[in-house]
Formats: sequence, structure tokens, C-alpha cells
Amino acid sequence: MSRESWLNAALLLALVVVPGWALWADEPFTITLATRAVIFALAAVGLNIALGMGGLVSLGHAVFFGIGGYAMGILASHAQNYTALMEWPFVIEGTKSMPVIWLVAVAASSCAALVIGLLSLRTSGVYFIMITLAFGQMMYFFAISWPAYGGEDGLSIYVRNGFPGLNTLVPIQFYGICLVWLCIALLLYARLMRSPFGLALNAARQVPARVRAVGLDPRRLQLVALVISGGITGLAGALFADLNRFVSPSMLSWQMSGEIMVFVIIGGVARLFGPVAGAGFYVLLEHLLGGVSEFWQIFLGLFLLAVVLFGKGGLVGMIAGRRRDG
Amino acid sequence: MSLLSLHRVTASYGASQALFGVDLEIAPGQAVAMMGRNGMGKTTTVHCICRMLPAQGTLVFDGHDLSRLPSHKAARLGIGLVPEGRRCFRDLTVSENLIAAARPGHWDAARVEALFPRLGERRRQRAASLSGGEQQMLAIGRALMTNPRLLILDEATEGLAPTVRREIWAAIAALKAESGMAMLVIDKSLKELRGACDRAVILERGRSVWSGAMADLSGEIGETYLGL
Repeated sequence: MSRESWLNAALLLALVVVPGWALWADEPFTITLATRAVIFALAAVGLNIALGMGGLVSLGHAVFFGIGGYAMGILASHAQNYTALMEWPFVIEGTKSMPVIWLVAVAASSCAALVIGLLSLRTSGVYFIMITLAFGQMMYFFAISWPAYGGEDGLSIYVRNGFPGLNTLVPIQFYGICLVWLCIALLLYARLMRSPFGLALNAARQVPARVRAVGLDPRRLQLVALVISGGITGLAGALFADLNRFVSPSMLSWQMSGEIMVFVIIGGVARLFGPVAGAGFYVLLEHLLGGVSEFWQIFLGLFLLAVVLFGKGGLVGMIAGRRRDG
Repeated sequence: MSLLSLHRVTASYGASQALFGVDLEIAPGQAVAMMGRNGMGKTTTVHCICRMLPAQGTLVFDGHDLSRLPSHKAARLGIGLVPEGRRCFRDLTVSENLIAAARPGHWDAARVEALFPRLGERRRQRAASLSGGEQQMLAIGRALMTNPRLLILDEATEGLAPTVRREIWAAIAALKAESGMAMLVIDKSLKELRGACDRAVILERGRSVWSGAMADLSGEIGETYLGL
């Protein structure tokens, strides 16, 4: 096993041991913190498909995160108010069922990624960043000025949505759901990375003209990557909203996009467990330093600076060394 | 009927015209050598065929008009390019380079490794860490993985050691003998081209000035156009 595999295994173990200990020591807040980290990690695994595999610097992933959040908020708020979401031409009711909410969240955020991708992938580099940012801001201000679903104040849900057979209000059970999703996303990432699609996407980042010369369209590869990426981040958004029982436009803000990107960069771009390490580190730092000073992000900034300047592989790169041999 | 047919093809890089009228015919299974001194338009012609450079004139591949296709569609029709300067996917391993390009057909990773045993030995190595000759073999292998009907080799032996050159020429000969794949070969070595190709076309200042059977390529023509 390589050092990176050991590190990945250790991280995975920590995701089981830490909440397990918290359960034993009766520290539900720690479980909530871990849930937060796992959901952020899931969102960042989504971004890592676009950013790490595809080299697409998207500063608009909060769009997908927020759409996932609002999918949960809108469906659940209709269900708790007993009003239909839509009455014409056919009736659509709200729902408090997590699986349905997930499905809607993934579908909606993937569709958004498709539309954004079709328009933004015509450009590259700094223009791509700007267009994704512009879509993010559009969605943000749209959410703020849409009074039906809370506008600036956001939407609150009284009771967490349900999953058959589980009591999602018990922190450890909800944590379990989130962890399973994270593991599925990581498996998907690992599979994609080794698939012809992932390899071609990787190659398209390096030499697009050569990829065309073997008969593949780099833009289509990138579009597919963005759609998968958006879907995963959207799912994370739905879970995040369920964790807080609250969704607000701040989930759509560009700061949120930046944070998701910070998770990936701190943890290690294009590393399987980079997003997990990054999100875990972020939540830990937020918790430890947030109590010391409300300006704790200064330390985060310093760390980010150090990672970008000295350790390009992020946390995973620092511990496990450069990617691959040779 | 020819597989690839170029008629009066012209092309420019911005304001400067590079091709002034290239005619080229390749029949299925035929190996054609494209010759000419440096800067006479050989690579430019290849770029036009692969749709990496806009061209005017008639470009038909297997009944399809190439002139409106994006380059990846041209490749999908069955044009496999081994580019000048190799250009492997440096961060991918040897086998990943092959997998990324793979399309169903006769050629798969096992057949490529049988053709170039050295690639099999270096399967897990990153392309960037290979020697020049191995990278060239990988570039050929990658083009074969797309299962092309026309393989274009642009300076496939440039800058390589004599033993490696021999290996590559042997592989080209094997390809021709076994698969009957059509080929367009650009190279500096007339001797090797004579052995490998059936026909030849000579470019001079962006025009095709001579074409015919390899056997008819006389010393006089070589002297005039190739500076031999």
C-alpha cells in the first residue's frame, strides 16, 4: 500500500472513530461538527471532479450547493404547510422524504450545471471563472429577491426530513447517512479517475488538441464532468440544509463557492481524499480557533498561503508526497 | 476509390499563405510518403487533413467532406495522427495513455504492447519519464488505439537513435503487412521511405509538384526537389 492509501485509510477510520467516541462520551455537538465536515467534504468531492480532474476552476459551485439546499427547503416547506408546490397542469406536493429530496436536488443541480456548462465552457481560464462567478451571483440575488421562499431571511424547516427506517433527528443516524453518501461519492471519484472518461478528461486538461486528435471532444468531456460535479455538490447542499434545518441565500453566495474551493485546495487538488482532509481541517480550525477569535480566518488565510506557496499537493500532498511515482 | 483525396488545397497561417495547391490521393491500404524540404508544407498539409488548421479546396475522407468537420470528428472518421514531437499525455501512465484513446476495433492495449514490447514493460510508468523513442512508440500506440483507417506519421523517427529508428521502421512495416492500414508517412530518410511506401508525393513551396509510384522516383527528381 502506498503512503497515500494509508493516509486515506486513516482519514476514513477517523470519520468512524471520532463520531463513535463522541457517541460514547455523549458529545452530540462533536457529531454535528463531524456531520458538517462530511457534508462539506461531499460538496468538495463534487468540485474536485471539475477542478481536480477537469482543471475547471469553477467559482460558482455555490449555485449547485444552494440549489440542493433550496430543493430541500422548498419541498419540505410545502410539506409542512400542507400546500401544493404546483397545482396546474398537475398537482405536485411537497415532501419530507429525504430520498425524494435528494433526487430532486441532484436532478436540479445537474440541470443547472448543464446550462451553466454549455455557456461557460465556450470560454476558458479567467473568463470561465468570471462566468461561473456571474451565474453564482445571479442565483444569489434571485434567491434574495424571491419572497415566496423567505427571500433574504431564508427558509426554516421545523423537523428534519425523514429517511425510511431511521430517526434522522438522532445526530449519529443523520451522520451515518451523510457518511454513506461521502463514501459513495469517493468510490465514484476513484472509479472515474481510472475510467477512460477520467483519463481523457485529465489529458484534455493538459493538451486539448491531442485529445481532439484521438477523436474526443474536450468540451463534451468537461461538460459531463461539470454535470456530475454539480450533481454531487447539489446533493451535499440538500444534506447541509437538512443538517441546519435551514436554507438561506448565503448558501448561494460566492463566499460559499470560495469555501468549497478552499476545502479542495487545502486538502489537495485532484487527490481522492483531498476534499475530506481539507473539509475536516477547515471545520476543526473553525471550531478551535473560532472560540479564540472571531477573526480565525486570518489563520486559515495564512495556512492557505503556505499550502499554495510551498505544498502544492495540499495536506494530502504534504503527508503522502507527490502524486504517483516516476 | 481513394480513401483520402485532397484537391487544390490551400491554407494560411493568418496573413501568410502556406499551402498554394496540394493534391493527394491515398487508396485504402496504401502507404504514401510525403516528401519535401523543411518549410515546404508537409506538416501544414497534415494539420489540414486533421482539421487542426482551416483549409480551402476539396478534402474528402471516405466519402465525407472534411472541410466542415471539427478535428475530433475527423479523428472519429478514422484518421489517426502521430504528431510531430510525439506529444503524449505526460501525466498519464503508458497504459492510461492507451486507455484514454481507446475505441473498439482490432487494436487494443495487448496488441499495441505486442507491437512494442517496451511499452508493455513500462506500462505503469508516467509518459513524461519515458525516453524519446519510447514516447514515440507510445504516440504510435495511442493513434492505433483509435483504430484508424488512415495512420499519419509525422516525422516519427526524428531525433531518435539508429537502433530505435530501426525498431520503429520495423513496426511500420509490420503494420503495413499485417493490418493493411493506409498510411501517410513523413520522414527525412528516403531510404527507409522507399522500403515502407508504395507511392510518394513531393511538396515544394506549398504545392504538390510530383506524385507517382515510389519506384518511379528517380535520382533526378530527388535532386531537384529534395536536395539529395
